[in-house]
Order: sequence, then C-alpha cells, then structure tokens
Amino acid sequence: MIPFVRSSSRNLLALLNQNYLYPSLLCSVSESPILVRYDGRWTGSLWSTPRFESTEAVRRVDQLYVHDNDDQELDFPGGKVPFTSEMRFIGESTIQKRVPCYRVIDEIGEITTSNNFTQLRKDEAIKMYKDMITLQTMDTIFYEAQRQGRISFYLTSSGEEAISVASAAALHPDDVALAQYREPGVLVWRGFTLQEFANQLFGNKDDYGKGRQMPIHYGSKQHNYFTISSPLGTQIPQAVGIAHSLKMDKQDACAVAYFGDGTTSEGDFHAGLNLAAVLGAPVIFICRNNGWAISTSVQEQFRSDGVVVKGQGYGIRSIRIDGNDALAIYSAVRKARSMAVAEKMPVLIEALTYRVGHHSTSDDSSKYRAVDEIEHWKMERNPVNRFAKWLTNNGWLSVEDEYKHKTTIKKQLLQAIQNAEKTEKPPLSELFNDVYDHLPSNLQEQEEVLRQTTKRYPQDYPSDVPL
Amino acid sequence: MVSILRRSPKLLSSICRRQFSASSDGNLTSHGGKSMNLYSAINQALHIALETDPRSYVFGEDVGFGGVFRCTTGLVDRYGKDRVFNTPLCEQGIVGFGIGLAAMGNRAIAEIQFADYIYPAFDQIVNEAAKFRYRSGNQFNCGGLTIRAPYGAVGHGGHYHSQSPEAFFCHVPGIKVVIPRSPYQAKGLLLSCIRDQNPVVFFEPKLLYRLAVEEVPEDDFMLPLSEAEVIREGSDITLVGWGAQLSVMEQACIDAEKDGISCELIDLRTLMPWDKETVEASVKKTGRLLISHEAPVTGGFGAEISASIVERCFLRLEAPVSRVCGLDTPFPLVFEPFYMPTKNKILDAIKATVKY
Repeated sequence: MIPFVRSSSRNLLALLNQNYLYPSLLCSVSESPILVRYDGRWTGSLWSTPRFESTEAVRRVDQLYVHDNDDQELDFPGGKVPFTSEMRFIGESTIQKRVPCYRVIDEIGEITTSNNFTQLRKDEAIKMYKDMITLQTMDTIFYEAQRQGRISFYLTSSGEEAISVASAAALHPDDVALAQYREPGVLVWRGFTLQEFANQLFGNKDDYGKGRQMPIHYGSKQHNYFTISSPLGTQIPQAVGIAHSLKMDKQDACAVAYFGDGTTSEGDFHAGLNLAAVLGAPVIFICRNNGWAISTSVQEQFRSDGVVVKGQGYGIRSIRIDGNDALAIYSAVRKARSMAVAEKMPVLIEALTYRVGHHSTSDDSSKYRAVDEIEHWKMERNPVNRFAKWLTNNGWLSVEDEYKHKTTIKKQLLQAIQNAEKTEKPPLSELFNDVYDHLPSNLQEQEEVLRQTTKRYPQDYPSDVPL
Repeated sequence: MVSILRRSPKLLSSICRRQFSASSDGNLTSHGGKSMNLYSAINQALHIALETDPRSYVFGEDVGFGGVFRCTTGLVDRYGKDRVFNTPLCEQGIVGFGIGLAAMGNRAIAEIQFADYIYPAFDQIVNEAAKFRYRSGNQFNCGGLTIRAPYGAVGHGGHYHSQSPEAFFCHVPGIKVVIPRSPYQAKGLLLSCIRDQNPVVFFEPKLLYRLAVEEVPEDDFMLPLSEAEVIREGSDITLVGWGAQLSVMEQACIDAEKDGISCELIDLRTLMPWDKETVEASVKKTGRLLISHEAPVTGGFGAEISASIVERCFLRLEAPVSRVCGLDTPFPLVFEPFYMPTKNKILDAIKATVKY
C-alpha cells in the first residue's frame, strides 16, 4: 500500500505513527516489519511497529467508511480517499452472516413476494416447464445410452434444470451464450432439436462439430451458442470480447457466460470479471454454484461467502439467487439483462443449486458425498417439481399434457438415437479441414500419406468413417 | 510479471549497439518510400489496419499512450478509445478477450508487452484460439485475432525480457507464427497477419525496433505468409533463420565469403505453417544446412527444420545439419554474450560443415 502515497509521504508517516500514539485502537497484526514495495519487489523493512493487543477486524461494512472529521484527503488516481486515524482491517468474508438468496417461489409453490419479480405469461411458463421435462428426459435416455456403450460419455443437468432453461427464457435469442457444459437447457429453449443433440453425442456427419469433440460439446451458430470447450473458465474473458463487439455495434444484446463454482478459482474467471468491469462490457456472468466441483466441495474451493461477494471486489453488480427457483432465475436474469444492455455493464449472478447427478458418466459421487444429501436435493428441493407446484397452483398444468409431453419426447429421443447411430461418421477429409481456413502443405502431405496407409491396412481403421 | 524494465521503457531504448544491417546486402534495401525503423513500420501497419477496416481493434497493456516500445503511438488520438485501449495487466484476459472479439467478425490486434509474459495466455492460445474453428466444425472462428509480442535478446534483458518462445507455438496446429526481420518485412507481414483468416502470433524482434532502418513504402501492402525468402544466394551451404538472428547470420555469411565459402541465407518469415519447399530446394542445391535461432537448441524450431530436411534431402546432404542456437539454460543476464549464437559461432559451424 505504501507506494500509493505518492506525494504525501509525510501523511503516511503520520498515519503510521498514530499507532504509537493510540495503542488502544482496533487491531494490529503488525508484529512483522512493514515491507516496502518498490518496482514490484518487496525490499525489506523500513521500520518496525510495536505489537498491540489484537482485536477484531471490521466485519460491518458501514464501519469501514468511518473516517476522521477533517478535510484532509489523499488525492489518489481514481478518486479522493479520506483519512482515518483508526487502524481497521477489512474483515474477511464471513460464513456466519451470509448474503441472502433471492427467491420468488417457496417449496410449496407459493409466491413469496408481492411484486418483486417478473410475471410470466402462461405460454412462456408452460414452455419453460416442458423444456425442463425435455432436459430431464434427455438426461435419462442419453445417460442410459452411455451405460449401454452406445456413446462414450455423457453429463447430466440433473438438479440444475431451472438455471439453464429459465435463464435462456429471460434472455433474447440474439444474446450470445457461452456455456460451460451443464447448460444444454439453453439450447433446448432456443430450439436445438433432439436429433441435433443426438448427432453431436454420436459424432456423426451431421454433428456441427464434425465428430471432433467428446459428447456434450455442443455448439450452434444458428442458436447463438458458441461451441463448448472443456477447459474451465476460458469462455469468461471471451464473453467480454463478444460483449465489447455487441456494444460497439450498438446491438440490443449481451453476452452470457455460464460456469460453475469450481471455475471461479480459475484465473480466467478473475481476468474476465475485471476486464468486463473496466471496459463496461454488457455481459452476464451466471455461476451455477452447485456445491461440488467433481469431488471438491465449496468449503474446499473458497473461503469467501460463495461467489456473489466476489463481484463487488471487481466493481460489478451482483446478486445471489435460488437456482432451484425458476421464477427467481427468470426475474433476476431479465433484470440483469436490462441493466447490462441499457447501462453497458457486467452483472454477476450466483445461483445456488445442487448437482444431483454425478459429475459425469466417469464419476461416482457416492464416494465423496452423503446419499442423504443428494436425496434431499433431489426430492425436497427439486427445481422442476417446485415449478410444477406453482404452475398447478395457477391452474396452468395439466397432468395429461405433461404425460403426453414426456411420452412424445421419449419416443423422439429413441428415434433420434437410432437415426444418429445409423448415420455415418464424417469423412476422413474432415480430420484435416478447419485446422486453418485453407489446407496448408504439411496437412496435404499428411493426408496423402495417411490415405495410403488406410488402403494398406483398412482393418486398422473404423469402418464407419468414409475414406 | 512486474519488473523494472516493464515499468521503464526508456531502459530498453538504450539497448546494446550490436552490429546490424536490416537487409540482405548489408545496405539499405530500396523499396521506395520513407526511411523508417521497425517500430515505426509496425505503427504504420497498425494505422493502416485501423484505417482500412472499421471492425479492427488494438488493445493491450499500455497501448493507449503509445506502448512501451512506441508501436501504438498516435492510434488512440486518431481512432478513439473504443478501438484502441489499455487493458488491465492480464495476458490471459487480453487473449481471451481478443478471441471473443475476433469471433464476432472483428480484427482483434492484441499486444502482449513482452513475449516473456505470454505464458499466462498460453491456455487461451493453445486450447482456445488454435482450436476455435476446428472444434466448432467451422461454425465459429477467431481468424481475426493477431497477437503481437516483442521477443528476443536486447543485451540486458535477462530471464524475462529476452526469451524467444516461438517453438511452443509452432507445436500448436491452428495458429500461425510469423517473425519479421526488418521494417519493410514487419509492415508487410503484419498487415497480412491482421487480415489472415487464422489466429496469428506475431513476434517482433525488439532489438531491431530502433536499430533496424529501411525504406518502407507508405502505402498499404502485404507480404505473403508461409513463404520463405532467399535473401542471399550462395552455393556451398544453406543458412536458415528468422527475425533478429538473420543479421548475425548475414555477418557470418560475409565473413565466410572472405574464406571462399558461398552461403545461401533464407529468412523463413512464417514458422508455422512453414515453407519447406524453399528450404528443400536450397539444400538440394548446396548440400548443407545450418539453422540458427536464439531460443534454446533442444526442442527449438531448428530441430523441426533439421528433421524435415533430412527426410527430404538425406542423399543430397554432404554433412550433418548444423544448429547454432541458444544454450539450454534460462536466458542469462551477465552471460548473455556467452549464451548467444554469435557470428563467430556460426562462422565456425559454417566452416566445419563445409569441411566435413
């Protein structure tokens, strides 16, 4: 902090010397010498301060703003800073007192607030519900297909259906989505078909990704949904670049980056939030805090009160919401979107939810978490059931319709799987295309050599890839 | 990341006065136009890029005031803060942002202040930029992304202001790697990179920013990518290099000529995807190959050239391929003159190869 005081080192000395004068003040852990930062290095001590009785750091935010009643201020780049003669440390974020979570529908499907939410039209609400059911049905059937060995990998949205579907419902189709991997609900909402999902999972010639990525790495230009990549958090700074472009083009649209609680430990999360705030980029960051990053719980992931508190540090408006309450998600994302687009600014949303399924088909979560915990979230805090209760209370949900929808989707899915399985793989040339816009000579050469090899040893290669 | 040099660009302007000539014949090559140094040529290319495409952007650490090497001078005044702007000090953020910007159909010209600091962005370059088109089945691409970064020795840069990390990026299908040797080349190649439909890492020889002076046409021109250039014809041995090292190699060629050895010198210009054919044709003629780069010899791009040329020219080679490169140590400060692939090291290798 010392180099901050550029022209007024005398003030600084005065500030520090007050420790001697008022030893009864708040707290000090300054038994260690004060280090001076110079050109990026900690260069040893200038002087030492005596040790005081340690008291509490400031946990109440308003106390932080108490300053001396004189007119002296530190004229610092970025704005004037008042002085205080009290030595206070900003308290660590505490888990005793947590940022509350915005909720609209309670567990019995009743609205908890009179007007602090966005009312849904019946047709929108029904579509949201049906899409969540579609997502659940997809997960059941594709998960089973993986277990049968028909696809190599799968990853469910179980327990988190509301976040992707309700957020997509609140967005505009022009808003650019950058998903992680547990948000296929956005695609469902935007009309990506079951056949299109199946094509990607089977990596056939109709997969837009041309069979190059593992299952669940969907992407669709038509649906403004950038192709997913496995590295976590990389989409976050990219979303800022996309948002900057939308802003420069004066588009009535924003970028939306989805990620989980584990990803907030990645550098790209911090890089992206800071850039977005500094550049004033219209981007919504939606964190699905589902409690678990594979086997790492949030207690092992961060010491802060979750993710929502991190936004303020970057100068970003932030809200914590109940991620299992579709109406809360819808309302918060609608509001976030209007702020982002109209005021050209990022917004952070932390949605508290729970990953009811395993991380992926390669994971067995019963090895690291209690089955009771999973059951509790699956049964009592189920986002789809809760939304159904609200729809029923409104008299909007017909059991018959729901049954019909489930049956239709199931049938369509089985058909889609059959079709996808029968469809041949992309031709061998697609191995080499798209590395660059044009095939460079090294790839031309390698393709030629490979083709000769495949002719000599056809038995070494999959028969369903056209040569 | 923070260092004295990074904070004090002036120190870098007082770089060592190593013997240098920018062009193939040791004199100023006449391309017409104005005599200018390398940073001015870069600056002119950036002006042209911004002028000719309203969807182009320049951003990075400290680019607003002109950049620590002055390459972005005057851009913000002319094109405004929306298109030319400082970013927070965060390389992965700069590149990630650039990918997103490029993916929306823009020309995103990102500056990484020193190649030594590009590593935090490695994931974004390797896992994201390089695979963006491929993984999406060509639905999306970030071909408009160009990452500029000053690289190489300057005489006093030590570990973190001297590195030549090109080989890391040459190992990544999906990106192009380009390094110019002179002001004229820098301008023409940079404009090609900016307008190329693929993400490019463009390393600028910072030693030459001020030292290299050449006539550079003021108009908008481009030089082809993936085309090497024979900058000195010869018959006894082929020398391949890129960037600042070419001037050192050229001095060695001149000295070797005094001993009656005729050297052919090739500037690879684009390292990935590289022009094997030009090197192959030259080696078939001379029967000998020497590669020189500042980066450590083991796993350097010279190894790739050597292996490829041996595959293609084995029976025409009259001596083992010689590599005169940096040592397999971190880039040293006091020991820089020992570390470097100097003219006399190259000269010895030329003689040894010819006499083999």
